[in-house]
Amino acid sequence: MPSSKPSLGPLLTLAAMLFSPWSEAGEVMVAVAANFTDAAREIAAAFKADTGHSTLLSFGSSGQLHAQITQQAPFQVFLSADQARPVRAEAGGFAVPGSRFTYAVGKLVLWSAQAGVDLDADTLAMGDFQRLAIANPTTAPYGAAAVQVLENLGLYQSLAPRLVQGNSISQAYQFVDTGNAELGFVSLAQLTGKDAGAQWVVPEDLYSPILQDAVLLQSGADDEAARAFMAYLQGPQARAIIEHYGYGVVE
Amino acid sequence: MWQPIWLTLQLAFLTTVLLLLLGTPLAYWLARSRRRWKEAVAAVVALPLVLPPTVLGLYLLLALGPNGPGGWIGGWFGLRTLAFTFPGLVIASVISSMPFVVQPLRNAFEAIGERPLEVAATLRASPLDTFFSVVLPLARPGYLTGAVLGFAHTMGEFGVVLMIGGNIPGRTKVLSVAIYDYVETLQWREANLLAGGMMVLSFAVILSMMVLEKRLGRLRG
Repeated sequence: MPSSKPSLGPLLTLAAMLFSPWSEAGEVMVAVAANFTDAAREIAAAFKADTGHSTLLSFGSSGQLHAQITQQAPFQVFLSADQARPVRAEAGGFAVPGSRFTYAVGKLVLWSAQAGVDLDADTLAMGDFQRLAIANPTTAPYGAAAVQVLENLGLYQSLAPRLVQGNSISQAYQFVDTGNAELGFVSLAQLTGKDAGAQWVVPEDLYSPILQDAVLLQSGADDEAARAFMAYLQGPQARAIIEHYGYGVVE
Repeated sequence: MWQPIWLTLQLAFLTTVLLLLLGTPLAYWLARSRRRWKEAVAAVVALPLVLPPTVLGLYLLLALGPNGPGGWIGGWFGLRTLAFTFPGLVIASVISSMPFVVQPLRNAFEAIGERPLEVAATLRASPLDTFFSVVLPLARPGYLTGAVLGFAHTMGEFGVVLMIGGNIPGRTKVLSVAIYDYVETLQWREANLLAGGMMVLSFAVILSMMVLEKRLGRLRG
């Protein structure tokens, strides 16, 4: 029967499709902490326009991404929301020594999706709400910072039962955005360009600075595009975008 | 470490009981009704089998929230939302595990056929009496399969819980989420313990179901 002898053509096409992303040159795989999502997209677009290299962005909490990196995830660059995890990646031999730098300083914001609400430390102390969303403090640096703020205000014990944790800062944002939580600690960057709701930029003496470090991972050590991305991230175009999203930059 | 285990068992047990209660009339209707659109209902019940948990999670987050029926029901108890609550998790689990209970029950009801029901009717048994004295005993293997699968699937639920739970210890932090947390924080020992325990338990549950099913089948044959 002629039909029992299938041609190899379709199979080869399929194989080519499956493996093509790995053979394509000039593509950087970047693991990005969730708070940096919007800024990273904009930087990636500018990077593509200026250098021709494209990027593949994977978003998650810093802890989640770091855990994947220790298990040989194929990322070439890691943009964490803290300093501790890039340092650990370096110490653990997953990152290129000396490639680490602080690309942004994060700012924490108390946010309500409802406009016209007065937000400050007293709002938290009064406790006129049922749910306060934060990012998971064990995996997301912004969550840890939120806990620090509550502790410094002396409110952690009393508010702990009302805390709901998002898997990353994005989920904390989404809990507030859907109205499931009245208040949430999110990053200032997430609110950039959105004018809905009310916000209180938390005074920076209430939490230790959120230094967000980038590091070049071993799989990107000899990759031209990955190195170009690291350089671009420190350049003026990227810095302008980072500042536009409300982050501080280190001189 | 015991808290998520205990919470998960409570959730799975409650969900299974509710599903057996709700699933029985639904599955019986699906098995007996002659309406043509019943397959559409069956398809809706089966949707969680193929939908990604994120789809269910998204709709549940909106439905349980202050602008959905969840906020309305929660209002009776002074809650703004049913998300982040144990009852919210029960609702979510009932929906996502429903096909695992309804399908075996329906199969069991259908396998009984018309004959025993006709015989019961000629003996002047009322429909209710027929159901409890004839249908239920004959459908026992279906109940066993449904209960075991419903229980096991609820224990294994992850995506939906992650999206609507809020990770609250003792209330919504179930086993699968606890494992995820341990992995994220590189606590491999704890993660391995819980994950290994889950493997052993799931294996034991499925194996005992298969053995019991065989034995029940032999008893009947």
